[in-house]
Amino acid sequence: MTETDENKDAVLAAHADHRAIAALTQNLPGAIQNAKYDRGELTLTIARESIIAACRTVQAAGYNFLADVTCVDWYPIQPRFQVSYHILSHALHQRLRFAVLVEEGDPSVDSITGVWPAANFYEREIFDLFGVRFGGHPNLRRIMMPEDYRGNPLRKDFPVEGYR
Amino acid sequence: MGNLMTAPIAVDSTEDRTMILNMGPQHPSTHGVLRLVLEIDGEVVVRVSPDIGFLHTGIEKTCEAKFYQQVVPLTDRLDYCSPMHNNLCYCLAVEKLLQLEIPERAQWMRVLLSELTRLNSHLIWLGTHAMDIGALTVFLYCFREREQILRLFDDLAGQRMMMSYIRIGGLALEPPLDFFPRVRAFLKTLPEKIDEYENLLTGNPIFINRLKGVGLLSREDAIALGVTGPPLRASGVDWDLRRDMPYSGYEKFQFRVPVSTDCDVWARYVLRVQEMREAVKIANQALDGMPEGPIKANAPKIVLPDREAMKTQMEALIHHFKIVTEGFGVPAGEVYQAIESSRGEMGYYVVSDGTAKPYRVHMRNPTFATLQAIEKMCVGRLIADVVAAIGSIDIVLGEIDR
Repeated sequence: MTETDENKDAVLAAHADHRAIAALTQNLPGAIQNAKYDRGELTLTIARESIIAACRTVQAAGYNFLADVTCVDWYPIQPRFQVSYHILSHALHQRLRFAVLVEEGDPSVDSITGVWPAANFYEREIFDLFGVRFGGHPNLRRIMMPEDYRGNPLRKDFPVEGYR
Repeated sequence: MGNLMTAPIAVDSTEDRTMILNMGPQHPSTHGVLRLVLEIDGEVVVRVSPDIGFLHTGIEKTCEAKFYQQVVPLTDRLDYCSPMHNNLCYCLAVEKLLQLEIPERAQWMRVLLSELTRLNSHLIWLGTHAMDIGALTVFLYCFREREQILRLFDDLAGQRMMMSYIRIGGLALEPPLDFFPRVRAFLKTLPEKIDEYENLLTGNPIFINRLKGVGLLSREDAIALGVTGPPLRASGVDWDLRRDMPYSGYEKFQFRVPVSTDCDVWARYVLRVQEMREAVKIANQALDGMPEGPIKANAPKIVLPDREAMKTQMEALIHHFKIVTEGFGVPAGEVYQAIESSRGEMGYYVVSDGTAKPYRVHMRNPTFATLQAIEKMCVGRLIADVVAAIGSIDIVLGEIDR
């Protein structure tokens, strides 16, 4: 539980029987860019272009429920944005985190609403508050802030008192 | 959020025969400030678009400017019907980051308070849901019992609604001496009171006709749309985090998870009432088995010392001063901690960069996802059924908009 492992190959080897890792290494070689096992939670960094395929793969492997999608702004570190997907398996009683790293120059990821429609509001929220676009999203509009609002409040470089 | 004059949602009807009806944000049955743009054909709903964000206060952003311990009061303000669930979930997440061991008494107290909070929240839901349907009496009955719970909380934490009683590393205070007998007396009377509500509602033909077969949500849709909690279980998915991924010692308690395959508003009503009865059982078990011992973890650099110790021991005073003025560093990492709140899966995603302030706090609130299912529940039904469907997902706009 307490061990922290940030070495990709070591994590993948130690959790080779993990259903998601097994399915991803078998069906989507190269999709896993990095792996981390920390405080009992598995985080797989997925290549940006493979996120839909990765979600479909783990969905087929029994991870049936998308619990949450959110974003972390690592400004000024590049790649700046980390989109985090929390996926749950009702059958395996297991959680899994996907992370997709997004560059500031082209802040966009493919939308996974086709895999889990639940992602709809979450992706809109990230678009609204972080300015990360989701390609293929059916209704990518602001959700929290007013339509005519400028800026993305949850970005780290957003002035908390607003633009002047 | 939309400026009402330049509404972001297409306010033109898609066909000649349909019209657009704005429901909310001031409509009483939208439980706060939810705006639903309904496209209706006569009285039949063709399309529903929820418009949220009217209550957005940027709590996630505010969290990034506070010390870890200062975030606890903010979490109260998300879901004002079940503040302790938010306290608990946030504290569990930070404790997971810190790898902090919580004493058993604190864990049992957390379970007890969690179930009292569930009762509190379900009482509000039952009262307002019945009122939306037109049964006004139940509202008064439910608030009568809820008042007793609030008085217990007041006794415990000095606050009726925003308790901030669950803290990182344990609890704020030792409960007062008469707290347990009072909770026990309250729990003893509650099952009769629940019978009373059921007498008014469960056999009531008007209530049944308004709820049965309304707001249908299939099992597949419920999973695909991220629905959790009672609506998920009412769609036939046997899933309760308290039992299936236990936290805070829930694995030591015996309780039943009611599940239904009816998929309608009625099933959600029945399940929540049964859940209230189960919550009474869990709370009684917590009272019976309440262990003795400390209520705070042994971590002087994280948990504030007792007042007595702070006034008499120099080290405790130093720790107190350091925690209040500088906070405490939390090892870098990211955790997602979920609990079964009264509305479903509540999750806190906390990212630490090693400093005394959280780098990012994200709340996964159950009704934010469940609200996406409102269209599936309402299309093809009457406008009056929209009111029943909203009531059945038990929305709290504070946690949706954050």
